[in-house]
Amino acid sequence: MEVGIGDRRRWASRDPAGTLPPAIELAGVHKHFGDVQAVRGIDLRVEPGEVVAFLGPNGAGKTTTIDMVLGLSDPSVGRVSVYGMSPRDAVRRGLVSAVMQSGGLLKDLTVAETVAYTAHLFPSSRPAEEVMARAGITEIAGRLVGKCSGGEQQRLRFAMALLPDPLLLLLDEPTQGMDVEGRRSFWAAIRHDADVGRTIVFATHYLEEADAYADRVVLVRRGEIVADGTASQVKALASGRTVRATLAEPDDAALRSIAGVDRVEVRGSSVVVHCADSDAVARYLLTETNAKDLEVTALGLEEAFVALTGDPDSPDAAPTIRPAVGR
Amino acid sequence: MNAPTVPADPRERPVPPLGGFSAAVVGLEIRRLLRNRRTVIFTVVVPVLFFLLFGLNSAYATDRVGQGNESAFIMISMALYGAVLATAGGGAMVSVERLLGWSRQLRITPLAPAAYIAIKMTTSLVLSLAAVLAVYVVGMATHKPVMPAGIWVATGLALWIGSLLFAAFGLFVGYLLPSENVMQIIGFALMLFSFGGGLFIPLSQFSHALRMLATFTPLYGLNQLVHYPLVQGAFDWAWAANLVVWLVIFTAGAIWRFRKDTARV
Repeated sequence: MEVGIGDRRRWASRDPAGTLPPAIELAGVHKHFGDVQAVRGIDLRVEPGEVVAFLGPNGAGKTTTIDMVLGLSDPSVGRVSVYGMSPRDAVRRGLVSAVMQSGGLLKDLTVAETVAYTAHLFPSSRPAEEVMARAGITEIAGRLVGKCSGGEQQRLRFAMALLPDPLLLLLDEPTQGMDVEGRRSFWAAIRHDADVGRTIVFATHYLEEADAYADRVVLVRRGEIVADGTASQVKALASGRTVRATLAEPDDAALRSIAGVDRVEVRGSSVVVHCADSDAVARYLLTETNAKDLEVTALGLEEAFVALTGDPDSPDAAPTIRPAVGR
Repeated sequence: MNAPTVPADPRERPVPPLGGFSAAVVGLEIRRLLRNRRTVIFTVVVPVLFFLLFGLNSAYATDRVGQGNESAFIMISMALYGAVLATAGGGAMVSVERLLGWSRQLRITPLAPAAYIAIKMTTSLVLSLAAVLAVYVVGMATHKPVMPAGIWVATGLALWIGSLLFAAFGLFVGYLLPSENVMQIIGFALMLFSFGGGLFIPLSQFSHALRMLATFTPLYGLNQLVHYPLVQGAFDWAWAANLVVWLVIFTAGAIWRFRKDTARV
């Protein structure tokens, strides 16, 4: 696998004295729209140079939170600061920029004109040719935006976001709706850029993206942070294992009575047991039954994600999860 | 590729002068406008055609009107029609830009909302200048419109600047109706206003009741005022009152919708 984009040491070149305030600081942030509680008390501190995945199902409050960090909306309660200043001040100074999910482009401008237009809005910006090269859109510079594919438009948004040379780059579900190739080239462009040591926060519900590109995963569910750590720490939080075996007629009750078993599934001639103590289950299966082809697997990030963001009160309201493609 | 460099303390980075308004951005907006062939045809070509159709008729074109002739009077009307179509259309571009999410995209740049409006207004004024010049240049080439040189300039300037009233109208409607069809609505409304203002048919040919009603429509005051340098004679303060009242209504409406749009909810 290629090197992920998270490497805090790169930041050393940009903030040698370590004097910058946190890239993002959210303190007791709540946000409600009428009766709808989108964000219910988020405290989060992102240090300069971190690459953070904001992972959660649809409706978890990811976009609402990003909007507040960008100054597009104000929190109902709490405080948001970006590099120690208000989000709007940070935007005006080009310290923070973003790649939004969709929309936001004029179809009747060319790619190069869109970049030029945005560049003129900043008091100083990186050269248009440079950001287009970084985003991999130099070849389509003369194309009308309306004639670009979704992936090309997203790389254009990325080029626009690079213009002010931001310290903090926010990506809101940046590969939503892209095909495999579009997603691959988009992340390649991001990875290529990451060497300069930007702070990057991206929202995603693609687990693989979080796993592969972030050095910190913040898991949100129903407007709250439910886990915060490295991808492996988050996986460990839902530290269950799965035992699978071929067994004609499993004794459901006996399996459930083993300490630490939380779910038993029978799939045709095999049985799948989700449990905390895989040794006990394996010992039972191999000694008390005629089970064979026994497999023990640790939970992947995807299962951890379900375990942590699933709603225990209403199993029907399980989060939408799409397997990441392109592996 | 060289790594970008940043100031010693990035927090000291400057904010843009004039809230991000610049001639370069206006230039790109104009290029965009010109790319939209329909806009150019309706605002520049159609008023010229109207003038050629109605302004050269030998039955009345050379009739004396104030300091000039009827042909000049009609030329001013048609130039006003093109100019207000240009500014209203330019203002209404905000509608499509909101729909596309471009306005939201701009909010994550240093561009100040007021500077965005200034860019739209300036772009509209450039297009309306083109509309006025097209009608006046064609008029001049036909040698039919007759009026003193100073009045060519005075009426041209008056209707160009006066067309700003309809930039406010376009912004108001553009913010009010988030629709791809906003241009059709604007075009229809301006057609009605043009009849009401007496741009196409002299109000004297209307019935008394219709004529009374027409004096309250938004193009009535402006139309009378831009013709005044040519027609002269008695000045009616009701014209100015009509203009001021509609300017207040359109501007207040545009500001109201604009505030609602840019409010951080």
